[in-house]
Amino acid sequence: MKSQNRNHPTYWAFVLHRLSGVLLAVFIPVHLYVLSLAVTDGAMLDQLLGWTETPMVKLMESGLVVMLAAHLTGGLRLLVLEFLGWYDWQKTAVAFSVGISLCVGLVFLLNAS
Amino acid sequence: MENVARSETWLWLAQRVSAMVLAVCVIVHIATMIYAVQQGLSTAAISARISGNLMWLGFYTTFVAAVSIHAPIGVRTVLLEATELPQKRVGLLAMLFGLFILVLGFRAIFGLYGMSL
Repeated sequence: MKSQNRNHPTYWAFVLHRLSGVLLAVFIPVHLYVLSLAVTDGAMLDQLLGWTETPMVKLMESGLVVMLAAHLTGGLRLLVLEFLGWYDWQKTAVAFSVGISLCVGLVFLLNAS
Repeated sequence: MENVARSETWLWLAQRVSAMVLAVCVIVHIATMIYAVQQGLSTAAISARISGNLMWLGFYTTFVAAVSIHAPIGVRTVLLEATELPQKRVGLLAMLFGLFILVLGFRAIFGLYGMSL
């Protein structure tokens, strides 16, 4: 019964928002630490940036960009829902949110490769 | 009880207001990433963009400050829902996490801003 109730686009939108949020919370401190290497150990940062040139890492980076875009568009969906009222086009909003996120990831991947 | 409800309301509001700031920051960040990745990323390229540039300093300072408010509140919610940890401990962990992001972020930004080319 429970799983039937949950099999709905807006439930999956919640799951995506939470997963992307947790992933970003783990990634952000690492990202900021690596960035600070520019000041403390530029050679190390260049080495790490060189590593990001490999196709596998580029693909993973694009996945992160999709997650960031998904958290952004999913968050905008929530803000609209909470501040502008309960509309009947929620599934459309979810579709837009996912679609835009995938587009952003693709644009990043095409520019990165 | 009323105090708990009040602090929950403030946390809710802080997360939404920081989300609004972040919405703008993340759009700029994604656009910058897509642009910057075309020229290839390097220490020199990153510091050339940020070093001595007040506009980027202002942008990234705002960005990091908003993240250090937004992320811990989200982490707090996840921990409260997913673990049995007491609320006070979760609150403390979330606050430490926020401070950690703030320190790491400001260290990186001000370091890059002050770097000589």
